[in-house]
Amino acid sequence: MLKNMEEHQHDKVLVQIKDLHYARRSVKILKGASIEIQRGKITTIMGPSGCGKTTLLKLIGGQLRPDKGKVIVQGQDVHSLNNEDLYLLRKCMGMMFQSGALFTHLSVYENVAFPLREHTDLSEPLIRTLVLMKLEAVGLRGARNLSPTELSGGMARRVALARAIALDPTIMMYDEPFTGQDPITVGVIMKLIRLLNDSLGMTSIIVSHDVKEVCNISDEIYMISDGHVVGQGDPSDLMHSSSGWVKQFMNALPDGPVPFHYPATPYSEDLLERSG
Amino acid sequence: MLNWLQYLGRSGEHIFERLGKATLFLLQMMCGLATLFKHPRLLVRELYSVGVLSTAIIVISGLTVGMVLGLQMYNTLVDFGTEDSLGPVVALSLTRELGPVLTALLFSGRAGSALTAEIGLMKATDQLSVMEMMAVDPVKRVIIPRFVAGVISMPLLAAMFSAVGILGSYIVGVGLLGVDDGAFWSQMQHKVSLDRDIINGIIKSFAFGIVVSWIAVFQGYDAVPTTEGVGRATTHTVVHSAFAVLGLDFVLTAMMFGDN
Amino acid sequence: MHTSRTIEILVGVFVAAGLAAFFMLAMKVSNISSFAEKDSYVVKASFDNIGGLKTRSPVRIGGVRIGRVTAIEYDDNKLEAIVTMHIYQKHARIPKDSAASIYTAGLLGEQYINLDPGGAEGFLKNGSVIEETQSAFVLERLIGRFLTQASGTGK
Repeated sequence: MLKNMEEHQHDKVLVQIKDLHYARRSVKILKGASIEIQRGKITTIMGPSGCGKTTLLKLIGGQLRPDKGKVIVQGQDVHSLNNEDLYLLRKCMGMMFQSGALFTHLSVYENVAFPLREHTDLSEPLIRTLVLMKLEAVGLRGARNLSPTELSGGMARRVALARAIALDPTIMMYDEPFTGQDPITVGVIMKLIRLLNDSLGMTSIIVSHDVKEVCNISDEIYMISDGHVVGQGDPSDLMHSSSGWVKQFMNALPDGPVPFHYPATPYSEDLLERSG
Repeated sequence: MLNWLQYLGRSGEHIFERLGKATLFLLQMMCGLATLFKHPRLLVRELYSVGVLSTAIIVISGLTVGMVLGLQMYNTLVDFGTEDSLGPVVALSLTRELGPVLTALLFSGRAGSALTAEIGLMKATDQLSVMEMMAVDPVKRVIIPRFVAGVISMPLLAAMFSAVGILGSYIVGVGLLGVDDGAFWSQMQHKVSLDRDIINGIIKSFAFGIVVSWIAVFQGYDAVPTTEGVGRATTHTVVHSAFAVLGLDFVLTAMMFGDN
Repeated sequence: MHTSRTIEILVGVFVAAGLAAFFMLAMKVSNISSFAEKDSYVVKASFDNIGGLKTRSPVRIGGVRIGRVTAIEYDDNKLEAIVTMHIYQKHARIPKDSAASIYTAGLLGEQYINLDPGGAEGFLKNGSVIEETQSAFVLERLIGRFLTQASGTGK
């Protein structure tokens, strides 16, 4: 397996998603999405709320199983791996959840140390050095003794980021990193994503619906709607796209291909029904 | 009528689905038990929150139940002039039934619901998910230590309940109501047998420990990850535990004491 | 937040308290402390009817407990119940012609074996058989006898 990994060390495409289908209960979320993620770049997957963006990240991480299609990471089909190999593969993936998902019973320091303690036999001084290094990178070295409940939302995300990069992953996934944050925090997180991507040689996948921030940071953008990829390209391509849907999304128009109204019977009929 | 049948079929299907899931989950836990030897500290921490923190309610309830039992039984026995049997009557009811059953019910309310809520909230806040993405199995890291702590704590708590209960009835019976001190203990020793009553009581509480902890961790792990879902799962833990304990108690009692 | 050392100590105290409770139940509440097999000798007796006698019923002389019934079997050949009892070693001076009878403590109490000491020189020892026995007093039989007598005298 290791050999296999090495072979694909220098492929240009790090993550390949082919014709992915996924349904939760009877609701089809993905209907044949195909995406290629280039090594060393920041790729963003954009789309409206509830279109399956987070699901897509979980599919890449092997936490969910697709109904049809493949996810190939570093030349390995994620969903045909056995548990052991899947866990091995996950060690080179980092993921930052929308909520941060910090362990509430551990301090900031212990949260960042958690993956190191679980997966390495490093000595305590070495772990301390690594943890402080990661916390310094996100600017929170001074907050190491705080409990996660004492952190603001933005700080919690930065700690989660420090924890996610603790094992120096090859692929970093961000789930809605900008949502619900004040402009300063958004700026800090954007800077961190770019910095980590370029200085540590990572490949980043962002899932978001914040057009302005995404256009600012991404090298490549995929737009998803109704389970399909509807647009692809670098930010300026999409800004000048001729597709009605992409235009509506990028310019935040209230009506267009995505209707303002939830599907319903004609309004006049509905009003008359009560008297009838 | 047809609707009613459909409803029955659907809920039946739902019950079997849950039962199947829970059984697979139990098997999964059994397979991962070995990890505890690698991280014994995790178990100690959970023994603290599951066992040590439940001790107060168990000891206080045991003492009160024992005292009330002593008072009530004395009033009945004294009419027949057999108040010397207070010791065995109280000891038998505590070691055979009340100790294991009441401990299990109190435990599911005190520790079981807390386990469910804790695991459910960890799920709702993506803590289990993030663990999985860090290549750490949450069943091994989070669930198994809590389950095993519950299984170990239950018999210990039940023994405390019974012992304290007997002391409570001793205080009331001998101290306040004037039952003979010697008769209280000697009659008790004469009537209570180690293998038949005490060991069987321990086996019962051990079985309850497995069932209550299993229900608690499963409800948490399987909870709908929303505020409402975790609340409902916590209620389910207490209700299902109560039914399971009472039902299992009948079966075990029939098996252990039914031949006499 | 407790330090991990405090937690370890508290868990230790908890487990010790639980085990102490077990120990108390085993030693103080149940019969294990008052009866150890090796400090006793075995005596047998056969009865026509043992009534409600059970294993672990006491064996007494003059109301004082000196042993315990350990087995009750039915002998197909003699058509009688064979009761095996363990008597404490410290009561080794019981005359060998003592009689065993099954009594009831109080009107509705438990049944036990009462030994009436005889006057012989020798003592009961391990494996002895008590020859003279009197069966349990069965309430129904007594009432039956009383009724027939009453109807007899009534005429």
